[in-house]
Amino acid sequence: MSIPLNWYLILAAALFCIGMFGVLSRKNAIAILLGMELMLNAVNINLVAFWRYLDPAKMAGQVFAIIVFAVAAAEVAVGLALIISVYRRRKTVVADEIDLMKW
Amino acid sequence: MTADQIIFLLCAVLILGSSIMVVTTRKLIHAALWLVAALFGVAILFAILQAGFLAVVQVVVYIGAIAILFIFAVMLTRKEMLDKGTQTRSNWWLPALLGLLILAGLVFLILGQPIFGRTAAAMPEGVDTLRNLGFALVSPDAFVLPFEVASVLLLAALVGAVYVAAGNNK
Repeated sequence: MSIPLNWYLILAAALFCIGMFGVLSRKNAIAILLGMELMLNAVNINLVAFWRYLDPAKMAGQVFAIIVFAVAAAEVAVGLALIISVYRRRKTVVADEIDLMKW
Repeated sequence: MTADQIIFLLCAVLILGSSIMVVTTRKLIHAALWLVAALFGVAILFAILQAGFLAVVQVVVYIGAIAILFIFAVMLTRKEMLDKGTQTRSNWWLPALLGLLILAGLVFLILGQPIFGRTAAAMPEGVDTLRNLGFALVSPDAFVLPFEVASVLLLAALVGAVYVAAGNNK
């Protein structure tokens, strides 16, 4: 284990920024969710790296990562269900055109 | 440069390259497949970090369930945006600039903290992380409450997803 901790942190920061770029720049609602998955994975890399480097005897980091897994699965299930439902009613998946509640 | 570091760098190139493809490629089905590659790279990282259980969960849950769900959703909605128009907003340079700024700030902060330059101590003798993780998830002294809350959240989300996507709710 000769890898410094900050390599992991910088990789996770880069992955988070790429995911954020995807969320902010894509038109398609499904592509926005894809970017969100990348951001959640960056968080998980950080959690597991901190667990391994700081306190491998306690399992807090890994348990937190598992909860992030569950939240990611819930988010994707609800998000894709909403997108499919919107597509069925309005025939669009472009986030800008889903503006029924826009003031 | 040790073998560990070389594997890490190859893995980082895999993750970052495929995640850039995820956010820039035009065809969404290709983006979903690049997402599988990025998630696989993250699973390799978990294996390097000696979190074997999480590496397996990453492959089974993320690649086996979430990525496949994405591919199904793309196939159910693909006619709309396939091969016409652009996939990115016209002002895409603004998020790119924002991302680069945040990345530069984070790298500056991370490199400024000497504590983050440490390498990992060897895993203590006789510590079975998988066994510890199992006990931590069900022990009242540890994390049984967050674990149960997460399972209730997942159940509620899945019931809600089925209800929303079923479509015949008048």
